[in-house]
Amino acid sequence: MIWGVLQFPGSCDERDALHACELAGDGARLVWHESRDLDGVDGIVVPGGFSYGDYLRAGAIARFSPAMEAVAEAAAGGAPVLGICNGFQVLCEAGLLPGALLRNAELRFRCHQVELIEEGSGERLSIPAKHGEGRYYAPDEMLDELERNGQVAYRYTEGHNSNGSVRDIAGVTNDRGNVLGLMPHPEHAVDPLTGSTDGLRVFQRMSGVAA
Amino acid sequence: MTVGTPKYRELGLTDSEYELIVEKLGREPNDVELAMFSLLWSEHCAYKHSRKLLRRLPTEGERVVMGPGENAGAVDVGGGYAVAFKVESHNHPSAVEPFQGAATGVGGILRDVFAIGARPIAILDSLRFGELDSVRSRHLLDGAVRGIGHYGNSIGVATVGGEIYFEEPYEHNCLVNAMCIGFAKTAEMVRAAAAGAGNSVVLMGASTGRDGIGGASVLASAELGEGDDEKRPTVQIGDPFEESKLLECCLELLEKGLLVSLQDLGAAGLTSSAGEMASAGGVGIEIDVARVPLREADMEPFEIMVSESQERMLAVVEPARVAEVRAICEKWQTGSAEIGQVTESGLVRILRDGEVVGEMPVEALVDGCPLYDLDPAEPEGWIYGNRATLPHGASPEKELLALLSSPSIASKRWAFEQYDSIVGSRTVRRPEQADAAVLQLPESGNAIAVSIDGNGRRVACDPYAGTIDAVLECAQNLACVGAEPLGLTNCLNFGNPEKPTGAWQLDRAVSGLADACNALGVPVVGGNVSLYNEGPDGPIYPTPVVAMVGELPDPAQVAGGGFARAGDAIGLIGPFEPSLAGSELAKQRGELAMGLPRSDITAVAAACELVRGAVRAGRLASVHDVSDGGLACAIAESAIVGGIGCEVNVEHLRERGAQPEEALFGEGPGGFLVSGERAALEELGATLLGEVGGDQVTIGAGDRSLSLSLADAERAWRSLPAQAEGDGA
Repeated sequence: MIWGVLQFPGSCDERDALHACELAGDGARLVWHESRDLDGVDGIVVPGGFSYGDYLRAGAIARFSPAMEAVAEAAAGGAPVLGICNGFQVLCEAGLLPGALLRNAELRFRCHQVELIEEGSGERLSIPAKHGEGRYYAPDEMLDELERNGQVAYRYTEGHNSNGSVRDIAGVTNDRGNVLGLMPHPEHAVDPLTGSTDGLRVFQRMSGVAA
Repeated sequence: MTVGTPKYRELGLTDSEYELIVEKLGREPNDVELAMFSLLWSEHCAYKHSRKLLRRLPTEGERVVMGPGENAGAVDVGGGYAVAFKVESHNHPSAVEPFQGAATGVGGILRDVFAIGARPIAILDSLRFGELDSVRSRHLLDGAVRGIGHYGNSIGVATVGGEIYFEEPYEHNCLVNAMCIGFAKTAEMVRAAAAGAGNSVVLMGASTGRDGIGGASVLASAELGEGDDEKRPTVQIGDPFEESKLLECCLELLEKGLLVSLQDLGAAGLTSSAGEMASAGGVGIEIDVARVPLREADMEPFEIMVSESQERMLAVVEPARVAEVRAICEKWQTGSAEIGQVTESGLVRILRDGEVVGEMPVEALVDGCPLYDLDPAEPEGWIYGNRATLPHGASPEKELLALLSSPSIASKRWAFEQYDSIVGSRTVRRPEQADAAVLQLPESGNAIAVSIDGNGRRVACDPYAGTIDAVLECAQNLACVGAEPLGLTNCLNFGNPEKPTGAWQLDRAVSGLADACNALGVPVVGGNVSLYNEGPDGPIYPTPVVAMVGELPDPAQVAGGGFARAGDAIGLIGPFEPSLAGSELAKQRGELAMGLPRSDITAVAAACELVRGAVRAGRLASVHDVSDGGLACAIAESAIVGGIGCEVNVEHLRERGAQPEEALFGEGPGGFLVSGERAALEELGATLLGEVGGDQVTIGAGDRSLSLSLADAERAWRSLPAQAEGDGA
């Protein structure tokens, strides 16, 4: 599986995502935000950072980039799309994922290791989170529907929901399951030296979508 | 402006300095020239009260790639790679507006590092505020921490470490020193010297506005006092998104070999970057201000030349490559304009639409400022006052809790969790996991460690010995993770050097820095000086902040600072001779006075080497440097971080002449608290103190013996959030 990692002005974690994709897949390359052509990649990561400085609203400008048009088409065709942190915000802004990300309940940026539980498998993952606008929100009716459809992918375990996300939700998918967004950073959990390798499982999950 | 006061005095020049300018020009300067001279001849740019002293510092070493005089220093880390680093102060802007002051401090130090072609990989900060019971200190702390986070997080450079102290003398004049570490292929690094008459001068990045006119340079060269609010418009505003684009753009330009030289625009804006580039290259430079992209159309030439608008870089480019350079700027959506050229004239010539509005010899402007000798005199006693918060005769448990909850000693998690410490995938040890930050360098197959230190209180007690101790603490922190020092940089934060006490503190501290670096064989590759740090109540503690970068072969071998396994032996390594002089306990008892014991640098260096070897060989389960709050605090910290208690006895320190109280809370360099297998510790010659285990911290110290639950100790040590956020928390 060949991954493409989008690169916007203001992206921060694109090199880390590229490295993680290389470890988890068969290759990876950066895709410039102005490119309408995804260069034949099998799956796409919309990485973390502060695309366009997060001006206006996090993710609000990046969603209009030519590369995001191509991502929307690829997603409609069933290609795996993984949005991490700012990438999650971009996918929500683009309407590819339900809900929105609001400012953390404590109104402070926070960087720390969090524990997630994968819905369905019940697997626990230790992955770092780092954001100031990561409080997942959706109206109750929508949340009920997401839960019914199995679209809640990851929740924070008890004591780890530091941003105040509704129903402890850390990550959600689209209806079809090929688009996943989450606030914690699986690309920063792929090396035992820097803390954990649990993030690889998130990439493997998305590879499974492609297969 | 007061009627009758000459303009040059309002701009901070003395009568004799002005006369010298007239002599060098052979005429009176016009307004443009006067503005430019006043900035480049300010303390901030000319180092006129410190440059002579700084000549004492050793600057050469085998691993030095770039030394003082460049935008940042750099050392060789092997495999054709270099690590660049620099610390700079943004004290006065932060005291006026902490969020933007700290944010632009980070932005400025990042530019210094990518100006030499290194990709920034880490940020550290050294901060000083007044005591946290003051509303102003809480406001400054909160703003500065948010500002550092805002800039560093947004631009995607990991903030991996730092230190914060809270002391009364910083109440009006906080310190915000930011450090950046960069990584580069040595062959792709670039110097700041302009070269090649006829080459184009290209200004890249943000447009130029009235913000920050006179900002750093004027603010940094006068004491703070009443009316600081009026200075708010002179504080610069940072935009990390603009800098992120500029950074990627500059690195791409350098990688493609399109630039002859590159320089950031910091204090004194275009004036200093153009002047310094010309001076370093021994050439002249010509700039047409009409070609500078402006935010406000009606700016005067002098305003354009001194504006400190952020996120701008100046490059020298061969004319044939200008189009290619501008195309890459366009790709990164960052501005670019050809604003002038390199000349052979030896003059800085400022034009507006081709008409000359200012013309000065480079030599006079950049290197012509007179350097002053200081007039030092030792003060007769302790000049900083004492405030007792802990009575004599308190129980040792109460004393330990009071020290652990002191905001200077307490865990700084509240602050560092507001920073992205992991972006870039290099952070092997996050803050609090070890005494120094550790960053892996897969490209060169090794790792570096970084530490930044400077206990101003100890330096106030004895500027010479205290500065030596700051350097030793830095070296010890590196040893704790198995790193060998490669180079040192520093930021000298002092009071007014024109006053005898300020001059004495600066003079003695620089001597201490020189002697420590010489004895350790660590070259000083760069530095920054921030003087006139005084408030209405007097000067700050003299605060030399020193930062060291070291190399370690295998990051997998780094031990943590917390106890690891029940049953491990606990020991003390090194020539630690605890003393209450200048200690946190003496501060809390209101007993600070002049004087510190003199450290044996050679003995401490030998202990560092021993610990370094043991860490590299994987023989220690934990290592923690004994520092603020003495051995008792080091023991409690290792227990809290490891999540496991211990039972130790420190009475052995009697043999070193230490009374029980000194053994518990006395401070001084040279001590490493280690844990591991008993045989390993014995082999290293450690003084065995006890054993890891249980959920109590029990320390035998004769009639001062104490025992605390790990939970109580941790509660005290984790009390910073409540203190930082005041009553509302």
